[in-house]
Amino acid sequence: MAKELIKGNTAVAEAALRAGLEAYFGYPITPQTELLEHLSLRMPELGRVFVQAESELGAINMVYGAACTGKRVMTSSSSPGVSLMMEGLSYIAGTELPAVFVDVVRGGPGLGNIAPAQGDYIQIVHGGGHGDYRVLVLAPASVQEAVDLTGLAFDLAEKYRSLVCIMMDGSLGQMMEPAEIPPMQPLKTEIPDWAVRGTDGGEKRFLTSINLDPPDQERLNYRLMTRWQEIEANEVRYKGYYLDDAEFVVVGFGTAGRVSLSAVRATRDKGIKVGLLRPITLAPFPNAILNELAEKVEGFLVVEMNAGQMLEDVRLVVRGRKPVEFFGRMGGVVPFPDEVLTEIERLTAGPLTTEGHPRDRWLARMAEVLG
Amino acid sequence: MQQEVIIAGFGGQGVLFAGQLLAYAGMDAGKAVTWIPSYGPEMRGGTANCTVVISDEEIGSPFVMNPTAVMAMNLPSLDKYEQLVKPGGTLVVNASMVNRAVERDDITVVSLPANDIAEALGNKRAVNMVMLGALLANSDILSLEAIEDALANHLPERHQHLLPANKAALEKGAGYKAVPA
Repeated sequence: MAKELIKGNTAVAEAALRAGLEAYFGYPITPQTELLEHLSLRMPELGRVFVQAESELGAINMVYGAACTGKRVMTSSSSPGVSLMMEGLSYIAGTELPAVFVDVVRGGPGLGNIAPAQGDYIQIVHGGGHGDYRVLVLAPASVQEAVDLTGLAFDLAEKYRSLVCIMMDGSLGQMMEPAEIPPMQPLKTEIPDWAVRGTDGGEKRFLTSINLDPPDQERLNYRLMTRWQEIEANEVRYKGYYLDDAEFVVVGFGTAGRVSLSAVRATRDKGIKVGLLRPITLAPFPNAILNELAEKVEGFLVVEMNAGQMLEDVRLVVRGRKPVEFFGRMGGVVPFPDEVLTEIERLTAGPLTTEGHPRDRWLARMAEVLG
Repeated sequence: MQQEVIIAGFGGQGVLFAGQLLAYAGMDAGKAVTWIPSYGPEMRGGTANCTVVISDEEIGSPFVMNPTAVMAMNLPSLDKYEQLVKPGGTLVVNASMVNRAVERDDITVVSLPANDIAEALGNKRAVNMVMLGALLANSDILSLEAIEDALANHLPERHQHLLPANKAALEKGAGYKAVPA
């Protein structure tokens, strides 16, 4: 099939509906709006459900209701909008429903700005709504990868009755790249045995996130966490570049990962053996490969478009065995490859240390950058 | 081999479309391409720009600090990007909209009155195509034919009647060659 030049936001929207999306609920917010806009056109064309809700709260609770039917449903937003959805996401998790949401991350905190950022990592990967639950988080770095992961997101959501987040950033949403979008899939005809089907007789099914009896709630928590163990065992995804002979490794996801790829290549051109590990699943995190690398390389550089959020997950795996340094830009500023190259050269030139915290050293350097 | 082009100007000068056309032509030539706009509030009336990367391999960063070529459609764009062009690169300047000479002498500079040229062609809105023609004629990014094919292949049906005018603008611009430094 021919590739088309397409914006990340539009590509995810088209990929979702071709993967059998039956209902979308959302509220516009830059830099995500093209996703909603495309579906506002295409979903009615196909006789499927599109609702622009009155707010993000409305949208996520519509997703909650629609997900109870076992159909493929999704929403999308950008950072401040996703914050508004957190209560509903927790309810969806507590009801063990499959649903997909997209966060096209922008500069923050607060209303921030509409520029690309990765400041939602901790919120999406480690927190968000209340209670004990996890979200499978996919972090594409190109439009094609975003398309491929969108189809996968629905499959994983259903397989594990789980929330799946596609976490992009503003630049991936706004960027055009050639991508091949898979052909239209037929809609699901099987209704899962847990789904509600209306009042057409048959056995009564009841879906809720209320468990007033703590031991009942604990059994649900146990089920969620053992399911998460399965996810950790089976669903880790990452892409490695030049790792075979790497003496140093850069770790970065999404746009920070691909910007780092340019810097890694430039470093290789200078004869320095540097590789790149680009996590594709942020949750589950690619612990095993990172652990393996920690045994054989001399040091790591974590690059993010935030103040070092994934950094803590890397440090947890490396456990002080090797030096880990950090470079980030914040607030909607995207690092240039040249800046990452400088940081790689700093790392490889040494001296290296496992003492102190890499964020403190980075902040000290940033004082000069910001003046 | 990687080419990076920044196209910058006022909103309404066809900056984003000129970049998309380059990206389409690169894609049709079997290359990896990225097109990314500045999508901030400056899009509304102020300056607009987009970055196009065309490469033989998987593209890392879609953003570049020092592009191999810049198309400056107005003075603020020239002021912002002149010093950033990679040494040996190409800078195309819309002389109709700037009131100063280019200072760099380590890059290829093409200066042409694109507004006047477009107006003389009876197609004021083709400034971007005039500039793009000049860029292609003074760099080895892609051939003029590749862009003309991309226009024919990707221009929406309702705009196909504009094809001859756009081609004329591209070719007129391509007639402007860099003055040797």
